[in-house]
Amino acid sequence: MLELRNVSYEVEGEQGGSKEILSHITYVFDKRFTAITGPNGGGKSTLAKLIAGIITPTEGTILFNGSDITNMSITDRAKAGISYAFQQPVRFKGITVKDLITLAAGRKLTTAEACVYLSEVGLCARDYISREVNASLSGGECKRIEIAMIMARQTELSVFDEPEAGIDLWSFQNLIQVFERMYEKINGNIIIISHQERILNIADEIVVIAGGQVTQSGKRAEILPGLLNTPNAATNCQALDQVLEPKETCRGRQPERSMADNG
Amino acid sequence: MDEIQKTLLEQVADLHEVPAGAYNIRSNGTLAGRNTTANIDIVTKEDLPGIDIMIKPGTKNESVHIPVLLSQSGIKETVYNDFYIGEDCDVTIVAGCGIHNGGKEGSEHSGIHRFFVKKNARVRYVEKHYGQGDGTGERIMNPTTEITLEDGAHMELEMVQIKGIDSTHRKTKASLSQGASMVVREKLMTHGTQYARSDFEVELNGSGSTADVVSRSVAKEHSKQEFHANIVGNEACSGHTECDAIIMDNASVTALPALTANHVDAALIHEAAIGKIAGEQLIKLMTLGLTKEEAEEQIISGFLK
Repeated sequence: MLELRNVSYEVEGEQGGSKEILSHITYVFDKRFTAITGPNGGGKSTLAKLIAGIITPTEGTILFNGSDITNMSITDRAKAGISYAFQQPVRFKGITVKDLITLAAGRKLTTAEACVYLSEVGLCARDYISREVNASLSGGECKRIEIAMIMARQTELSVFDEPEAGIDLWSFQNLIQVFERMYEKINGNIIIISHQERILNIADEIVVIAGGQVTQSGKRAEILPGLLNTPNAATNCQALDQVLEPKETCRGRQPERSMADNG
Repeated sequence: MDEIQKTLLEQVADLHEVPAGAYNIRSNGTLAGRNTTANIDIVTKEDLPGIDIMIKPGTKNESVHIPVLLSQSGIKETVYNDFYIGEDCDVTIVAGCGIHNGGKEGSEHSGIHRFFVKKNARVRYVEKHYGQGDGTGERIMNPTTEITLEDGAHMELEMVQIKGIDSTHRKTKASLSQGASMVVREKLMTHGTQYARSDFEVELNGSGSTADVVSRSVAKEHSKQEFHANIVGNEACSGHTECDAIIMDNASVTALPALTANHVDAALIHEAAIGKIAGEQLIKLMTLGLTKEEAEEQIISGFLK
């Protein structure tokens, strides 16, 4: 079980001073499948990095199964049972898919065993197992291999940072099934940062992070309908139209400017 | 053969015992074993130290091993080996050199290898350098390789030197005729105060000839490396050279890839990159439970694989 107590993360601001990315977050992740969502720049990825130990909070405490891991190294957290799937998978010259899956599993794997994990994420194992994880793989392929590594680790907590980013629409359907299966196969807890309704749809709990804070949290059934009804940019635009003079309207401004550009 | 020599043999030629097929083992300056086959003849030179290796035209799937072992401190030798590879051959040549220096005096081996590859023959050439021993004497190797590829001939060179050699200056020269092709894969790791320099000079003299010269290296501690490559296109040809180096600690790496085009249809490319191990690569492996040191080791061994 992961617990954040009053966790903040500040960086140096552009004009001196400090900028708060995360502000006093207190939360207990005790459900099997928690989805974190919220607007871009809200601090979600920063939170994932804090959990994995890539950065350390400027304030607050992180507890894992009751022990304070706030100052624990990345390696020790990994050994303690935390896995972290990068939003942008890293590429390596000369290191093969099998090498990475073997390192992730932490024991010698037969090719057949390693292949099982690849098949789980929808990659034809025979085609990929000996390939180098270098620039010749597409973004989507790398994301799947990243997920396969986390599955091979079988840890108590797995954190995924936007696993759907960079995956095409056609493969996405497949990915949802991967996560549905993972829910059954991984015994530990899963935290997924995602913007996808279909991923949010399989979560037990949803946490909304905006402006560095938890703005909403609770069971999926309580949170999701509200999120789906959030006004989009077009709705905001229409609302703006109603209060502005006709020539200044949001919709009206665009054609005027393009006419001026043309003439 | 004693245990030290057996270890050297294993390192430079992946051999546990004497190989099958043709071989010539040179140990501490003298002949330690030779075998010829119906298609591959090995003859000692009369005017100079060294051997002539003659491979009959049409020889397929045969190999020649010519390892050199130095286990006595203080030996300095220059050896001239000439390879004559007949038309339409398809052969593998393994030429490694292992030095065990347990003494104070320097040990030095300079192998001058010349390859005459006839029409449409294919050669895979593997050269491994390995040094060991805790003596203070330097382990030095200065190999020179000269290659002449006739029309349609193809040669692949795999040159490996991982640790153990204090000083090396490798010179490789090649001349390619019409439709000939050459691929070079150099792998190099230096540490301590070692120095390694590689020079490649490839002349693409025939139309349709191609060369691909790639060096991957890791420079650790206070070691120094220099990579010089010049691909000269004299006809409609294509050439590529690449130096990719990981630099660590207080090492120094110089990469000077050069191209010379003397023909309008010569398509030549060079690339060079030197940099430390990317932080995100280390972090990724650490999130899998590896320590920073273990992560570095994995990245380097993958890079040089």
